[in-house]
Amino acid sequence: MKQFVGQNVKRKEDHRLLTGSGKFVADIRIENMVEAAILRSPYAHARIKNIDVSQAKNHEGVLDVIISDDLEGNVKPFTEFVEFTLPPQLEADIKPIIKQNPEPMLAQHKVTFVGQAVAIVLAEDRYIAEDALGLIKVSYEPLPVVTDPYETIKDDAPVIHPHLGNNIQSHFEVKVGNIDHAFSQANHILKTRIKTPRVSGNPLETRGVIAEYQERNQQLDVWSSTQVPFMVRSYLSKLVGLVEGNIRVVAPDVGGGFGPKCAVYPEEIIIPYLAMKYKRPVKWIEDRLEHMQSTRHSRDQVHDVEVAFRNDGTILGLKDQFLLDNGAHNSFALCCAYNSAAHLRGMYHIPNYDITGRIVLTNKTPNVPYRGAGRPEAVYVMDRIIYMIADKLNLDPVEVSMRNFVRPEQMPYETGIFYRDGANMVLENGDYVKSLQQAMKIAGYEEFRQQQEETRKNNKNIGIGFSSYIEGTGIGPFEGAAVKVDSTGHILVGVGSSPHGQSHETTLSQICADVFGVNPEQVSVRAGDTSLLPYGVGTFASRGAVTAGSAVHGASKQLREKFLLIAGEMLGVTIDELEMHSGKVYLKHSPSQFVTLQEIAQAAKPGPRCKVPKGIEPGASATYYFVPPTVTFSSGFHVAVVEVDKETGFVDILRYIVVHDCGRVINPKIVDGQIQGGVAQGIGGALYEEIIYDKNGQLVTGTYMDYLIPTAMEVPEVEMGHQEFLSPHNPIGIKGVGEGGAISPPAAIANAVCDAMRPLKIEINSLPISPNKLRSLIEEAENAESVLK
Amino acid sequence: MSYSNVKIKVNGKVIEKEIESRWLLSDFLRDKLGLTGTHVGCEHGVCGACTVLLNGEPVRSCLMLAVQADGLEVETVESLAEEDGTFHPIQQAFANNHALQCGFCTPGFLMSVKNFMETHPDLPTDDEIREAISGNLCRCTGYSNIIKAVKEAYVLKC
Amino acid sequence: MKPPKFSYLRPNNLREALDMLAEYGEDAKIMSGGQSLIPLLNMRLSTPGYIIDIGRVAELKGIREEEDALVIGGMTRHVDVEKSALVQEKCPLLTEGIRWVGHNQIRSRGTIGGSIAHADPSAELPCMLTALRGEIVVVSSEEEMTLSPEEFFLSYLLTTLEPNQLIKEIRFPKIKQGSGFAFEEVARRHGDFALVEVASVIELNHNGTIVDAKIALGGANSVPFIPEATEEFLIGKKPNDSILKEAAVLQLDELDPEGDIHGSKEYRRYLTGVLLERALNKAIERAWGGVIV
Repeated sequence: MKQFVGQNVKRKEDHRLLTGSGKFVADIRIENMVEAAILRSPYAHARIKNIDVSQAKNHEGVLDVIISDDLEGNVKPFTEFVEFTLPPQLEADIKPIIKQNPEPMLAQHKVTFVGQAVAIVLAEDRYIAEDALGLIKVSYEPLPVVTDPYETIKDDAPVIHPHLGNNIQSHFEVKVGNIDHAFSQANHILKTRIKTPRVSGNPLETRGVIAEYQERNQQLDVWSSTQVPFMVRSYLSKLVGLVEGNIRVVAPDVGGGFGPKCAVYPEEIIIPYLAMKYKRPVKWIEDRLEHMQSTRHSRDQVHDVEVAFRNDGTILGLKDQFLLDNGAHNSFALCCAYNSAAHLRGMYHIPNYDITGRIVLTNKTPNVPYRGAGRPEAVYVMDRIIYMIADKLNLDPVEVSMRNFVRPEQMPYETGIFYRDGANMVLENGDYVKSLQQAMKIAGYEEFRQQQEETRKNNKNIGIGFSSYIEGTGIGPFEGAAVKVDSTGHILVGVGSSPHGQSHETTLSQICADVFGVNPEQVSVRAGDTSLLPYGVGTFASRGAVTAGSAVHGASKQLREKFLLIAGEMLGVTIDELEMHSGKVYLKHSPSQFVTLQEIAQAAKPGPRCKVPKGIEPGASATYYFVPPTVTFSSGFHVAVVEVDKETGFVDILRYIVVHDCGRVINPKIVDGQIQGGVAQGIGGALYEEIIYDKNGQLVTGTYMDYLIPTAMEVPEVEMGHQEFLSPHNPIGIKGVGEGGAISPPAAIANAVCDAMRPLKIEINSLPISPNKLRSLIEEAENAESVLK
Repeated sequence: MSYSNVKIKVNGKVIEKEIESRWLLSDFLRDKLGLTGTHVGCEHGVCGACTVLLNGEPVRSCLMLAVQADGLEVETVESLAEEDGTFHPIQQAFANNHALQCGFCTPGFLMSVKNFMETHPDLPTDDEIREAISGNLCRCTGYSNIIKAVKEAYVLKC
Repeated sequence: MKPPKFSYLRPNNLREALDMLAEYGEDAKIMSGGQSLIPLLNMRLSTPGYIIDIGRVAELKGIREEEDALVIGGMTRHVDVEKSALVQEKCPLLTEGIRWVGHNQIRSRGTIGGSIAHADPSAELPCMLTALRGEIVVVSSEEEMTLSPEEFFLSYLLTTLEPNQLIKEIRFPKIKQGSGFAFEEVARRHGDFALVEVASVIELNHNGTIVDAKIALGGANSVPFIPEATEEFLIGKKPNDSILKEAAVLQLDELDPEGDIHGSKEYRRYLTGVLLERALNKAIERAWGGVIV
């Protein structure tokens, strides 16, 4: 019988998206709807002395103007998202300090970053709403601004939230082995500072919220461009004080997320509140300038790292003190910071490890997880170190890597720490040695080295660099699926995850179809709607396929079992005499006798004709919640081949290779698409993208002219190789794949650039590798060289 | 005048309307005509999501006033497929090659590619395709499947 | 990001356009292609009372050939120049350089006059016009005058255009027989504003001596810069690597580019030298290779 898992089934999502009939939040129109525009702070840090909205309120076409005082007593501030707090065993182990820093929905008394929402105008259309923004008069008293993570931890730094005492919001330590002993045994100790800049996920669709309240039944319907509709519902209920069951949150077609849409935002609370207050549907669509300023950023880590190693390249121990500059607020506990700490050693066996992480606050936009969420930062640190060790010992970096890998025979490998979900962090399977060999074979490493020598003679500078990653994917706490067969025999699946490009409708239908032995066309998957299931989590952290896939598998199997029982009643046999395939249940020994899914579904209806065995609930549906024991570890290698124009500092990516393991592949084209797309974002982070603030906390990169997202001219086609080590942690053996592509490009490309410039021994410890920056490094090295001569 | 009468041929149908002169063509198509397939991504002329064809040529509808299109012909993504939903060869090629993920930028790409294929009848090189779509940003696909799709569209249209 | 309120005026011919300018000029913005203006409106960085849309003024469109120059109407779009066989034949520098202007969607709306009037020193057209020693024909309801780029461009985004004037046409001298040309630019990504750019036309005589050198550097100063001493240095010399290297850096000290996040002042200054050397090499190679000859 044909299995659909593993096949290139064509996407069910495509028809509507290709014909312009997809429905994104901005596409929704409701009669009598008003549009909102938001006045945002032009200051990074200032006291609000007065807000005069009178002129704006009187502007023709304006319904009202709302400021913080209007929400007082009706809408509570954000505190920490409980979804991201630490499990008790992890908390007991690392004993973190995490200070609460509530974020008001609209700035109250003072603003703490440029772009913070200050007032909202509701008007007949967005043009008029923007006219009225210009009529609001806010009197600000500027306060001292801090934008640098090292400045903000100084004793005399201006304190952003006085009740916290200082700007250090969190602190934690992770220790394994005996670090002092390791350092005392080393032949070499290398110290360096490695930075990952602030970047922005920048989905092509900005955020947006529409809310409609129906007084007759107290029903509040909210459409939001979010990755986590269940989380939005939960906070709406908590912060506005509403019955959760009366709220329906829908994420319709969502135009990309990548992490920034995983947070709950003030607008997702205020817009619904205003729809209730004014009894009119309210629409707010973020524009790109607002997006650059106020949609959460990410990364912004700086690591002071020390590594102890032997003459042969064996790493004995690693010490790291790092700062994560989270901007003005942090509601995500240790999410990215702990991910960095847990992933920094990657696939290397480093028995002695000591890391201290601090999350600090500055007058910048708050940070949230973005594709990779703490891993690109950690991988950049670790893989630059591998290359530095190789440089120092004059060894091939491949050799240094090979010497330090966790070996296949060490699997499952205990890392000696807890994962963020509270389980022991164990690398379950994989063969890193073979994987790197496979990548280097595709790259033609040996031949490349010869070619490199040749081209150097012609004054051309080509280089090769690699990077490795592991990634804990498919984090819990759970995901749900409800599967039912309707009276036509069609299978309907509802899931709690919420896609924004991941192709859930296709891949999850493949999983369900295989369980019932039908074609995926007979299965419809719905997602992104809190009315589908009592509980759901969402789509982020490379978890969709693992958790929703397993939930769909579990629910489908339960329903299949039930259908076999009903069919047994219908055919008068026991279940072990039956088999299900092609949408029918057959008698094993007499395949001409069968009942169809449609007939079974009809026989499952309650009533006198019901054939559901006694003691079992009637109905043709099953709901299943998959609770993963812990994460699954995907892994991979990226290899970049680059040419550096030494004169201009421009980097051209000649080839890009990825070999990865994401366990069972549900749909190869979709997996490859995730990798290629992730690599494009990683290339952005490596060469182009950076969110920059000036000393006054003004956002310098506020448009697409300044924040450079790679175009088709900058992204090569990725050559791919696959490994398939099935995860033991879920029934299908899946590991997550969404983020992997974005994790390694900065490290692989930086290493390749350093390799191209190896005669000059330049070190690239920050990103992006802009032509200006690279040219300066080359010039410094050339000058140093000429002095030596 | 802060209001203007416009007569625009949109996807083959002549539309006459009075609109505020300041309204962008993108908003006019979406809000006044309900053609929400044209998406708005940046409103400052960089992302290309709002690309439509004006007299057959690709333009950014967020960088045009609707009144500037008075008397001209506009084609949007809604014009591509046949009435019964049958794909245009470019759409078919995008579907065959997984050239879209979230699909938000896709209508802009389709319109850019339509003009490119009409003005470059012979099978182009990868580099020519890359340049032709470089005014459209995609944050999901990393472009390579879009390039494959464009090449396949050349085959399908024959 | 929606434009503020304004009154929209659409003249049908040049006379009407100039009359409207005479009446509303102080509080008006001319819209030709709108590719620079509309982003400014969307961001509400520009809030004119009147928009005068010259898109339907037929007299301002088209490319015609005169004895020494191609005369291109101010409302002529980039794409029309890019695809013009006449331009390709008589002034191929323009064909080469114009492909660096934004992307297809911009070039199908943006106009030559608009780009010149916007006067961004890193834009391609002002740089090419300066290299070619072209002229700008400016007109008002009262008078018409012809200006050199040096007269016209005052500073960053600032020209001599008065509120009652508009650009009627631009004269791009043809590239002479025996000349080679080159346009070199680097930008962070394809289609971005140039970090710096160089346009050059070099004429060699039959024994390979440089008899004329015309160069403009874009993005290197507040207006396109003509390195006169460099041109003089080159004329009369038989080019070789060391001469070109020397020429490329001769006047770098005089450059004063604006630094920003994409490139510091020093980097842009240095980079101009790198591109100038490349442009000179390419132009000379083409002059030998007879692309024009």
